[in-house]
Amino acid sequence: MILEQVAASDFLVVAPVVIGIACGALLLMFRHHVRWQAAFSVFGLAAMTAADAALFARVAAEGPLVMTMGSWLPPFGISFTADLLGAGFALVASFVAMLCTVYSVREIGATGRRYGFYPFLMLMMAGVNGAFLTGDIFNLYVWFEVFLIASFGLMILGSEREQIDGATKYAILNLLGTALFLIATAYLYGVVGTLNMADIARKVDLLPATAPVMTISALFLFAFGMKSAAFPVYFWLPASYHTPRIVTGALFGGLLTKIGVYSLLRTMVMLFPEQRLELSGVISWVAVATMILGALGALAQSDIRRMMGFLVISGVGLMLAGLALGDATGLSGAILYAVHSMLAMSALYLLCGTMNEYGGSFSLNSLAGLYRASPLLTAIALVLFLAAAGLPPGSGLWPKVVLAKAAIDLGNGWLVGAILVSGLLTTIALGRVFALAFWRNSAEPGEPVDEAERTPVVPAFGSLIMLTIPILLLGLFPEPFIRMADAAAAGLLDPSAYLRAVFPAAGGGG
Amino acid sequence: MEAAFSVLVGLFFAVGIYLILSKHIIRILLGIAIFGNAVNLLIFTSGRIVRSTAPIVPQHLDVLPAGAANPLPQALILTAIVISFSFFAFILVLAFRAYQEIGVDDTTGMRVAEPRGEPLPPMGY
Repeated sequence: MILEQVAASDFLVVAPVVIGIACGALLLMFRHHVRWQAAFSVFGLAAMTAADAALFARVAAEGPLVMTMGSWLPPFGISFTADLLGAGFALVASFVAMLCTVYSVREIGATGRRYGFYPFLMLMMAGVNGAFLTGDIFNLYVWFEVFLIASFGLMILGSEREQIDGATKYAILNLLGTALFLIATAYLYGVVGTLNMADIARKVDLLPATAPVMTISALFLFAFGMKSAAFPVYFWLPASYHTPRIVTGALFGGLLTKIGVYSLLRTMVMLFPEQRLELSGVISWVAVATMILGALGALAQSDIRRMMGFLVISGVGLMLAGLALGDATGLSGAILYAVHSMLAMSALYLLCGTMNEYGGSFSLNSLAGLYRASPLLTAIALVLFLAAAGLPPGSGLWPKVVLAKAAIDLGNGWLVGAILVSGLLTTIALGRVFALAFWRNSAEPGEPVDEAERTPVVPAFGSLIMLTIPILLLGLFPEPFIRMADAAAAGLLDPSAYLRAVFPAAGGGG
Repeated sequence: MEAAFSVLVGLFFAVGIYLILSKHIIRILLGIAIFGNAVNLLIFTSGRIVRSTAPIVPQHLDVLPAGAANPLPQALILTAIVISFSFFAFILVLAFRAYQEIGVDDTTGMRVAEPRGEPLPPMGY
């Protein structure tokens, strides 16, 4: 039993989750006060971001931070364990969600608010933060379900035919994915006898050689591969991500697949390093197929929202490439790419929404003349497209450089080729959007622009610009980001600091 | 005892996966329900099955008596049951709404979000 009081400052580890759930509950109680919902959510998410930033600063300075629930000693109580990787992802996710909420002020009308858009949003963010910060594998499953059920609510908001069709596929396939995760967890518990990740990490090595750890890690790879939309189990993503509201698509495309990637990094690298090495051939082929097929899918779309869905998939392939390489540089590249992808994919979805506001369509066949309509939007779009394609000055360049460098160092020529080819295909797809939607003259050049319709898009531009700033920062001043990603990757490869934080009396407990 | 349960779990999974492979939504849903129960039984079996003592710490002791049942899988299953039940309820309503809106219970006919024969993006500038 833990008898001493938890220091008040240690509550920082659970603060983001507490803020999310408390705000969600409050918003649910006041769901008929539609006017205050959006402002309160932005405020709540700003508080969440601040808590995550404080947590990240503290973890960066002092190492992993632990809080164990209910006075039980670590392997028995649920430990929330924030390390650099989890805290960093949680920080970026909350920041992105805050800006997406600013965008939603205009898009989500009174009906959407009455049906609970903002409570769902806050509960989903609580789940996302919980997944990044928990140190217990069953608890991770619970947080997966928390954000999943909230995401169902967000996805069907509006009850259009398309949404119900997409949501059916999204719901069934994601439910199966988490069921597979639960199966792997059950086997893991049966073999290792513990659910605390730090405890698993130190006990896996001690298992007899006959223990089916390889089977378990392959199951985790499959389950989280499905959650992160990797080839060949990504079909739920392009079927559904273009159907909900733009802000919902932005949140899903930016955040949810990255939780799958985070869980892959956490389990495959920290818990099963030997098995990851064995599986690295499989992972690298999955990564190549995901990258190339995602980019080819993006090329074939005329609806820009569906194109963004395929670009999300292509990005997942790049992160899996880092996992397949598995050395410090490769993992650092994967982490950096995940941060870039959270920022850039959310921004691209919001950009699609704003393009629709100006052009009145999501289809490349009818979008035209946006450069004339808004030069500012064109400038933002150019930066975002360059970032997503991995060209300077956007944020996509450096993660790809780091990943390609790691692949060359390890002599994995196929991965280098795939990274470059997928970058080229993405450039073509996005370059075509830019040429058609922005540069092409509209059919009727003298068409009067409805001033009333295009002026009040301040929230959209505010959130787009605020998302573009960190994207440019990551592209122009990458050193601090790379240093942090290196440190996070080192913490995964050598989890001794993580273990010591959970079990201070090293070697004891159990 | 574990061996018998393992066979039962295998049967549940086989039935569940067989139903999920169907193209009718209602069968897929039934398959998911059975699949979820298979997972619950799997957790139960992984915790090892003993039948002697209930997992209650006696008043004068700090630890469970030897041979007591493992309480943790039961806590896990309880969590998983609550979650899978609420998900199942949601998907049931969703499937019914899909049937109302789209008019089919056949997944090959559910092409509203990704319609067949969509126009390709323009080839020229």
